[in-house]
Order: sequence, then C-alpha cells, then structure tokens
Amino acid sequence: MASVSTDTPNKQHGQVSKRTVLWTLLGAAALIILARAFGVLPEWLHRIPEGAIPPTAQVLDGIFSFIQNDLGLIYVTRFIAEGPLEFLLDTSANLLEGKRRWPNIGPIPWASVAGVAAVVGYALGGWKLAALGAGTFLWTALIGQWKMAMQTMSVLVVAAPLAFAVGIGLGILAWKYRWVERALKPMLSVLQTLPFFTYLLPAVIFFKVGPTAGAVATIIFAVPPMILMTTLGLKKVSPEVVEAGKMSGCSRWQMLRHVYVPAARTEILVGVNQVIMLCLAMVVLTAFIGMPGLGAKLLAMMGSFKLGRSFEIGVTIVLLAVTLDRMSKAWVVKQPEHFDRGTPWWKRNHLALLALGIFVGFILLAQVFPILSTIGRKQHFSQGKEIDVLIKSFLAMDGIRGVTEWLRWFLNVKVLIPFRNTLLAVPTPAFILCVVAFSYWLGGRRSAIYAAVFFTIVAFSGWWDRSVITLYTVISAVVLSMMIGIPLGVVAARSEKWSNRILLACDTAQTFPSFIYLIPAIMLFGVNDVAVVFSILIFATVPLTRYTIEGLRTVPPEMTEAADMSGASRKQKLMSVQLPLALPTMAVGFNQAIMFAFFMVIIAAFIGTQDLGQELQRTLAGTELGKNFVLGMNVSLMALTFDMAITSWAERRKRALGLA
Amino acid sequence: MTTSSPVIQAKNVWKIFGPSPEKYLSGMTPGRSFDDIRADGYIAGVRDVSIEVARGEMLVIMGLSGSGKSTLVRCFSRLHDITGGTIEVDGQDIMSMNERELIDMRRNKMGMVFQSFGLLPHRTVLDNVAFPLEMRGQDKHARRERALEVIELVGLNGREDYFPRELSGGQQQRVGIARSLAIEPDIWFLDEPFSALDPLIRREMQDEFLRLQEMLGKTIVFITHDFDEALRLADRIAIMKDGAVEQCDTPDKIVMNPATEYVAKFTEEIDKARVVHARGLATPLNGAAIEGAAIDGNATIHELARILVNDTREILPVADKQGEIMGVMQRQAALDVLLGGA
Ligand SMILES: Nc1ncnc2c1ncn2[C@@H]1O[C@H](COP(=O)(O)OP(=O)(O)OP(=O)(O)O)[C@@H](O)[C@H]1O
Ligand SMILES: [Mg+2]
Repeated sequence: MASVSTDTPNKQHGQVSKRTVLWTLLGAAALIILARAFGVLPEWLHRIPEGAIPPTAQVLDGIFSFIQNDLGLIYVTRFIAEGPLEFLLDTSANLLEGKRRWPNIGPIPWASVAGVAAVVGYALGGWKLAALGAGTFLWTALIGQWKMAMQTMSVLVVAAPLAFAVGIGLGILAWKYRWVERALKPMLSVLQTLPFFTYLLPAVIFFKVGPTAGAVATIIFAVPPMILMTTLGLKKVSPEVVEAGKMSGCSRWQMLRHVYVPAARTEILVGVNQVIMLCLAMVVLTAFIGMPGLGAKLLAMMGSFKLGRSFEIGVTIVLLAVTLDRMSKAWVVKQPEHFDRGTPWWKRNHLALLALGIFVGFILLAQVFPILSTIGRKQHFSQGKEIDVLIKSFLAMDGIRGVTEWLRWFLNVKVLIPFRNTLLAVPTPAFILCVVAFSYWLGGRRSAIYAAVFFTIVAFSGWWDRSVITLYTVISAVVLSMMIGIPLGVVAARSEKWSNRILLACDTAQTFPSFIYLIPAIMLFGVNDVAVVFSILIFATVPLTRYTIEGLRTVPPEMTEAADMSGASRKQKLMSVQLPLALPTMAVGFNQAIMFAFFMVIIAAFIGTQDLGQELQRTLAGTELGKNFVLGMNVSLMALTFDMAITSWAERRKRALGLA
Repeated sequence: MTTSSPVIQAKNVWKIFGPSPEKYLSGMTPGRSFDDIRADGYIAGVRDVSIEVARGEMLVIMGLSGSGKSTLVRCFSRLHDITGGTIEVDGQDIMSMNERELIDMRRNKMGMVFQSFGLLPHRTVLDNVAFPLEMRGQDKHARRERALEVIELVGLNGREDYFPRELSGGQQQRVGIARSLAIEPDIWFLDEPFSALDPLIRREMQDEFLRLQEMLGKTIVFITHDFDEALRLADRIAIMKDGAVEQCDTPDKIVMNPATEYVAKFTEEIDKARVVHARGLATPLNGAAIEGAAIDGNATIHELARILVNDTREILPVADKQGEIMGVMQRQAALDVLLGGA
C-alpha cells in the first residue's frame, strides 16, 4: 500500500499529512476493488460471511423479552396504556369523532370546531389566520373527511400536550442538573436520527395496537425538540432578570415558575410549534401500525391507486399542517399588549367569550340543522372519482406520458440501476474505506473514526446489501435534488421578492407530513424505484433550496460590494465571493437533505423497494423487535456518519470565515 | 443593635472569576496585581476589599467601567458567592446563611436597582413592581395598592398596564426603581439607578432617595459615574480601580487628600471649591484666639467666596451646625482651594 502513497516525505515527526491518509485509504479501497475484479479477492473479504455475523437480533430479542416478561415492564406499560392514557384517548375520541366511550357527549359538531378555530386564528394573527382556521375545517367537513380527520386529531390533542409536558419537564431537569443533560444529549441525537419505524414496533409491543401505541410512539417522537428548546430558552434568560428575581426573594419554585419559564417563553413556544408539527407527522405515519385516520386512508387510497381521493386527503393533511403551524408560530411572536385602564372584564376577555358563544351556538343550532353536526355520506362534495379521471387522463396525454415514461426509463436504466449495481459490486471493506475517506476529507479524524466504527457495525449487522441499497437511494436522490435545489436557490436569491416567496414556499412545504410527498411521485411514475427517488428528491430539495437562499442572503453586503468595486461580473461574484461564504450555511441544508432522505426512504418503502425500509415494514407485521432495532440502528448509524462529517466541516468552515 | 455597629462589614473580600477560583486564590502569592491575575487566566472582579457601611449612611462607589463596582455590590447581596474574605450584614456572616435565611434577608432587608433594569419581560409595570411583594406572599389588594403608590412616586401613573418593551429606557429604569421602593428595604443597592433618566427626573429621584435616607434612616450603597451626583448624595465615596478600593473617604478628603495617583487623577477635573466645605479645612483651635464672626462650616468654599475675598483676617473661626465654634480655617488655604493655586 505504501507504493500508493506517493508523498511519504510529508511524514514529519510522526505527523502524517492529511493527503497521505486520504490517498492511503482510497488506495487500499482501490486495491481491494481491483483484487475483486481480477477474482483474487477471497470471498470473506467481499462480504462478511454469514457465520461471522453475530446474532444481534436474537440477543436483542432475548433482552427485550427479559425486560418485558421477567422484569414485568409490560405490566407497567400495559397499565399505563389501559389506564390513564387510554382514558384520555377515549375521551378525546368521544368528543371529536363520537366514539362510544365516556363521557358519551360527542361528537362535537364540525361547525363548532370550525368556529372556534376561526376565533383562535383571529386572536393569534388576525383575519388571515381566522380564514385559514375556519377554511381548513370547513373543507374537511365538506369533502366528507371529518371523521377521519378527527380520528387523527383525537390522538394529536392527547399526544401533543403530553409530549409538551414530558419535554418541558425533562428540559428543566437537563438545565438544572448537568448529569441529566449529559445523559440526555447523546440519546437525543440518536433519537433524532432514528427512523420512525423504530418507534412504532416497541410501542406496539409494549402498549397494545391502535391509538394507544400510536400515541406513545408519537409522544416519544415529538419530545426531543421540546427538551432542547426548553433547555436552550432557560439558558438564555438574562442574568439580570434572574438576579432581580433572587433579590425579590424568590424561592426556587417561585424562581422557576415566575422568572425562568415566562422569560424563556419564546423558545418554549418554538418547542410547542415543533411538538405539534412532529406529532401531526407521526400520527399520520402511525397508519403503518393500523391507526385509523387520515394516514390510514391515504395509505389505502394510494395502495389502490385511487389518485383523486389520495389527492383530496393530501389536501386535508396539508391544510391541517399549515393551519397548526401558522397558528402556533403566530403564538410565538404574539406579545402581550396592555389594555387601557378600567377596561371591563368582558372586554378584556371578549375573544374567549366569543369563542364560547360560537361553540355553544353551533351546538344548539346543530340540534335543529343536523347538517351542521355531521355531513353524511351522500351530502359531501368529494370529487374523488372525477379528479381521478382528470389526473389519469392528464397523465395519459401523449406529451406528458412521453416525458414521464422517458424520464422513468432514463433514470432507471441509465442512472439508477447501473449506479446501484456498481455500489453492490463493491466489496464491503472497500466500501467502508471509501466512506471513511469521505468522512476524513470532510470532517477530519474524529468523523473518520466514527464512520469506520459505524459502518463496521452495519457490516456486521447482517443487512449489508439492503443498507447499501438504502444508501444508494439516498445518494441518488440527494444528488438529483442538489441539481435542482441549488440552482433554484441561487436564482431566487438574486431578488428579494423571489427569495421571500421561495422561502415561504419551503417553510410551508417543510411542515407537510412526509407522506404527502409520495402522492405526486406515485401520480407521475406509478409504483416503482423511480417514484421513490422522486418523492425523496422533492422532500430533500426543500432544505437545499432554503439554505442556499439563506446562505447567499447572509453574505455580508460589504463583501459583495467589494467584489462589485473590483469589477467582478455577476458570475465571478457568485463563484468567488458569494458561494464560498454561503457554503457553510448551505452545508446545513445539505445535511438536512440527507437526513430527510434517510427518513423518506423508509416511508417510501411502502411503494415497494428492496432496502431496509421494506424489511422494517415487514417487522411491523410480526413481533421481531430485535430485527426491527437492528434495521433501525443501521439507518441511524449511516445517517449519523454523514451528519457528523458535514456538521464538523460546516463548523470549521464557519470559524475560518469568521461567520460563527 | 447599636447604631455604631456597621450594617455591612466587608473584610478582605475577593471575587475571582475563572475555572477554579477558590483553589487559585488559596495558592496565590500575596500582592499579585490585577494584570498578573489576568495573565494566569482569571479575572479579579473584587480584589481584597475591606469596607464598612454604617447605618443610615449613603456610600457612593465610583470608578471606571469594569473596575468592579457592580461585582462588589453583588457580593454584598450574595448574588455572587465571594471567593475569599467575609461579609457581615447586621452582624451575620452572609456566606454561612442557608437558602431560607438568604431568601428571608432579601425579602425583608434588601432592595436593589439593576444597571440594566432586570425587568421581567412578561409582566406589566404593575406586576413587576408588585413582584417582590407577591414573593413575600402579600395579598393581592395590599400589594396592588402599594405598587400603585410607588408607581405614582416615580411618575409612571397611567402606565401600570404597559409591558416593559412598551416603555422607553428611562421609564423602564423607573419601573426598576419603583420595584425596589415597593418593599422599603433597610439596605439599598443602587447600581447606576438614574443613568437613563433626564436631568429633571434624575434630580427628583435623588431628592426622593435623600429624603428616604434622612427620614427613615436607610442605608444606601450607590453606584454612579456622575461626580456631581456623588457629591450631592454621598456621605462617603469609595473609588475603585481594577477591583480594589483605592480610597474610601468623605468627598472633602478625597478631593483634598487623594490617597493615590489614580484618585488624584480621577478628581483632577473637579472644581474643588464646590466640593470642599469650610469644616473640611478647619483645624482644631488649640487655644488660638478667635476674633470676629464665625463662618458656616457646612458651606462650601465656593459659597464662601465673597467673604473669603473681602475678609482681611488671616484666620477664620468655623462654626458647626449648632453654631458652636469647631475650629479655625486659614484664609490662605481656602483661597488656594478657590483659585486653584498650589
Ligand atoms: N459573571 C462574570 N464572569 C466573569 N467575569 C465577570 C463577571 N461579572 C463581571 N466580570 C468581570 O469583572 C470585572 C468587573 O465588572 P463589573 O461589572 O463589576 O464592572 P463595573 O465597575 O460595574 O463596570 P460598569 O461601570 O461598566 O458597570 C469586569 O472585568 C468584568 O469583565
Ligand atoms: Mg456595573
């Protein structure tokens, strides 16, 4: 191997230069590949032999069943599931969708919900949000999806507050006690890269199927950002405010309750926004473990290729997401305003009174006009079939069909399949060496070591080929989305107006539950590999575009002015001033794109792929907890490898450019 | 409690910021300067300060930015745990207090106005001012009444329901002042309390604090950058540099006998005649014969200018508040002060 590393003179005092290491790694990889090509590579160096793979899944299964049965954890969890949690879920289900449970009041008429949504919207952000709130629920009711939507919402209204409570509690503990923070931190970063499927199965096993498991998985999924935001907010409270509290003689509890938490309001509310959005995303996904609701319906519709209905449900989900997001964001920026002195009580609370009035009013009206309560099967305005026909005939038009089919053929035959086969042909050690070299080049030594460890674990997990296919899907999709997202961002960043428009579009798109991205993919390409890559591509383009614009916009004006004064052309300015300075920010987008891609690849497995996602979905049907964990861990480890390398690069770059 | 025992007694107080200050201080060779300490990677916020504040006294602390004024005051209220030395408040070592005692002391004895106000952003003016009362567990009506009273006092009536961010800097500062007034503490720490106020309100506030101090015998530790303000208020002035107190004395003595180069420089620009009182220049009688009318010992030399110029006596008798002769003053010495000679 020494023959490959040409610049040995760089070895000074035991310090090996970066170039040398890189070439050594790549050279070693090349040697192994060549050996394979000439057929001299022993089989055990190509793929790790079955015999050498430790029975991780079985061991994990053993551990789980020990915890579950011998330690009796299952009784605890089942108690929670059948006790308090189920009680809450039943109550909300009764109120919202009219499930026959205590308190047997529901369902609340849709008109009441829409009315209250309008008032809440108005209180938070004026007429626009009022219209959005009312419009969303009006649409849901009129299109005949009220019950489904409420099935989803009834889990959401239980899971989100619980996730908030758990998150803020843990956040406070982490802020107060260093050891809690130190214990939580690595767990949170793993949790955030863990594919959502890994949350689902344990939930199913420990908390029975249905809403309870769905709620538990949702809560765990949504808690991490709440913890992080709480800790962040509490740490940021200005020291003088804290001292003012101390000098006022606050006890510890008073300090927390009256000083810290209110002063950290903004961050905590940002956390609330994230909790709500993650809960919605997850509740939709719990369709995979048989949770009824919008997600389940969408899954069924897409599965039977009913594009019109899928489209309508997609719109509902998007509207719900946008409404919840806008309202909770408006709450973040809304600051209390004072009333004039002597304002009477009813005037101070007029919006709350109005909401109550509307709520009760519509309940009463609904007794007379049942249509205000539930819109029946024959009454709604769903145009599912018509849209279906429309879409299908549109896609069948020669021009369109020609393009999509050509694209499908081109991507499949010319790009995806050759790329996949190449990756699969690479011997495992060579593959790992390449990844390590990449991490080393980008992130430095630490990242390289992690990459080596993580990918070796993946290699020994017994799911190497499927992991490589997962990686192949991710890489292809991210590369394609870079080709679209970055130029789009660069063009948009030229004008303030377009930057803002595109940023708004990206912001909105990011709030959609990931399921939504499957709809256009299936519409255009049907159920196959290309559709998977396409859906990931759209999903991953969003952060890329967004951070490209933001990166370019944050380039200090004096630097672009300096370039202008040196007589740089637009292109020169872009290439030699703006892009280099924007790169660290763009790297954040790139990182997010990869994370999103890993996330999406698993969801897209629903369309039918051969990667880890497929296997993961299969585990949900059974009770193979160990295997589920191993698969989830593989995805998580691969994602973490990239995350670390890119983050470390971006941070170093920022510091070097003085942007940090 | 006799009036002669000091309210605050600080002995060899150190406050060092850095990774492990206690260890550093105990291993430090005595006499290390501020810069030496900084070279070791620590910052000496307060450096070996010994000071006493008597009951009913107004002590003004002055010094350049970063000289440790705020830090010293924070040590007095135990917002900072000191690194070395002792601080006693009313004869009790505050470093040995447990949490409960500390809370009680702050609730009942101490008040503080913060340099950058430290208002709670989510509370209205009224709720901010009532906050210490609320923490003490006073009932809603009583604390509302009291809060309205002090809000009126600082001239913010009509803005009770505003939020801090809806107020100007000066108004915010007055909320901070009102908050500390609300509980009428015995000991007051005022960290540049009037820095954002216009001259008119500033004067009103100064008068208010002087009144409180005189009428209710409050003890006040006051930080300011404004020498005129210091002169108006101070019983004694402490001048700090690099965390150490360079000199702590009456204004007259600070101006007339600066202890160090630094203090001399600090007071260089001041018109001494406006600061120095006749009593400050008076020397004991020692049986010397007095002739003619005595001059008022509490008048500044500037106020006595006309007499000094017109009078021909070499030695002037000086009378104290009660009109009794307390000593004599050399006319030449007074003229030197007045005219800036020698
Ligand atoms: N919490 C802290 N951590 C580290 N260093 C501190 C801290 N608080 C103060 N210092 C340092 O102690 C020194 C004294 O600060 P202090 O705030 O007491 O100055 P000051 O005299 O009040 O200045 P100013 O007139 O600007 O308010 C400064 O060098 C400051 O950097
Ligand atoms: Mg200060």
